[in-house]
Amino acid sequence: MNRWKLIEEWIFKIISFVAAYSVVLILLYLLIVVFNKGIGALSWEIVFSMPAGGYYFGGGGGILNAIVGSFYVSIGATVLAIIIGLPAALFINVQLIRLKRTQNTIRFLLDALWGIPSIVYGAFGFAVMLFFGLNASLLAGIITVALLITPILVRAFDEVLKTIPVELQEASYSLGSTRTETALKVLFKQGFAGFITALLLAFGRGIGDAASVLFTAGFTDNIPVTFDEPVATLPLSIFFQLSSPIEEVRQRAYAAAVVLTVIILIISVSARFLSKRYSKNIIK
Amino acid sequence: MNRKRMLTNLLVNIWMQGGLYILLAIPVLIAIGLYWKAAPLLNEHSLADLIFSSKWFPMKGEFGFLPFIFSSFYVTLLAFILSAPLCLFAAIYLTQFSNRRLLNFMLPVIDILAGIPSVVYGVWGILVIVPLVSGRIAPFFGSTSSGYSLLAGGIVLAVMCIPYMLNMLIEVFHTIPVGMKEASLSLGATHWEMVKHVIIRKGFPGIISAFGLGIAKAFGETIAVLMVVGNTLNLTLSPLKPGYPLPALIANNYGEMMSIPDYDSALMFAALLLFVVILIINLFFRYFIHKTEKI
Repeated sequence: MNRWKLIEEWIFKIISFVAAYSVVLILLYLLIVVFNKGIGALSWEIVFSMPAGGYYFGGGGGILNAIVGSFYVSIGATVLAIIIGLPAALFINVQLIRLKRTQNTIRFLLDALWGIPSIVYGAFGFAVMLFFGLNASLLAGIITVALLITPILVRAFDEVLKTIPVELQEASYSLGSTRTETALKVLFKQGFAGFITALLLAFGRGIGDAASVLFTAGFTDNIPVTFDEPVATLPLSIFFQLSSPIEEVRQRAYAAAVVLTVIILIISVSARFLSKRYSKNIIK
Repeated sequence: MNRKRMLTNLLVNIWMQGGLYILLAIPVLIAIGLYWKAAPLLNEHSLADLIFSSKWFPMKGEFGFLPFIFSSFYVTLLAFILSAPLCLFAAIYLTQFSNRRLLNFMLPVIDILAGIPSVVYGVWGILVIVPLVSGRIAPFFGSTSSGYSLLAGGIVLAVMCIPYMLNMLIEVFHTIPVGMKEASLSLGATHWEMVKHVIIRKGFPGIISAFGLGIAKAFGETIAVLMVVGNTLNLTLSPLKPGYPLPALIANNYGEMMSIPDYDSALMFAALLLFVVILIINLFFRYFIHKTEKI
């Protein structure tokens, strides 16, 4: 072997080594900076109290409205996404099991939908709101976020169902069950662990997204009681508070960023943990 | 079979089909909805006029989207230049050169990082990248900048794209059959030669697709860019100057748009433009990926 070959190998190994570790370092650095800045400002008072009014001018108070609002919007959207998405994912894997081409076309379309930016969903949601004469409200926010996360939920759940052996379905049919029973009692049960993961993934996307709720959810200092009231969400409260000229308000934004990041981290980690736990009882 | 089971079967079937049709109707509805709102503007101006004109005076009814489109492309290009090589080499290292344990550790970490909300990346951008651009990079090139600039937008976007792009690249490299790698190694190729001639060549469509999808994501990203890019109408080649990408335009102007005629149509047109461009990019590269997956 000639020398140049070895040198080339060595150079590229170093480059790729550095690239891999710098990726890790950059992302780690990001988390450290955000936490470092926010932890100092974070307190129980901020997390558990409502804004005292005029947050933009440093009116004091906390971000409880945004935390609760975020959960309202994401939970609502996730429920809506399950109502539409769960049957759709089962349909693709039960009724269309013989139509590979149709299956693949649908998957392909859903994958493409995954990449549509949330601001487009936001703008569309706004157009729909105008069409029906709605105001910026919890309901409009939920619908918009549901549009955004349903393709994600379906595609992630579908990916799980795809791996379940066809023989299991065949066995179920041979025992005389209907397609519905096969879908719900065999496929859904088998895919339950994956379903939980998909659910949490979609929920995490919903809770962290700002652009889609920017015009549809409105913003308020209160926690909404009915569906037609506006609602505050964490990403938007971070975004708005950061643009404030007052240092104290910006500090609250940093604290809110830590809260949001922690929520997302808890969701992602528990998704992994739960899927491991539930996958014990699955026939492979 | 008894009636109750038959009925349940029928009803659930309708529900399932309904769910699927609603899902498949979403993109069509979005296109129709946005077009419906953008139509007034499209009736008054020609498409070429809107896209290639740089005159943006909403009060006078002049809507030229060129500066916004230009900013969008500029920021995306910067993000691509910064993140693509890094991700490619990192993916090569993780799948080819390192041991399996590191990869098993990294995959969930990347997944988790991919879920971090864009507003958090924006916060980081304001805390780190903006001061970096104004304090270090601009003086280094003998110029001044407030830090809120196209470059800052590009850097933040690049970091946002990393987990996403890296994930896809790792998946692409995993679809390459082990036998092919072994064959080339057994012929006496070094590891790097194997990567260069087998992995990269075989995975080329997949790599390009991963880059393409990363670009599409960067192109439509709103909040993180909005926070650091400066949001000033500018048709400039200098990355140290502020810019105003399309998504930021939409997001920034919702409050006041109702008072100016045609302004809401203009913003909906911007959304339609984003939707069409990104859907086309996505469909194109997803098709590539679907094809490579089957092999």
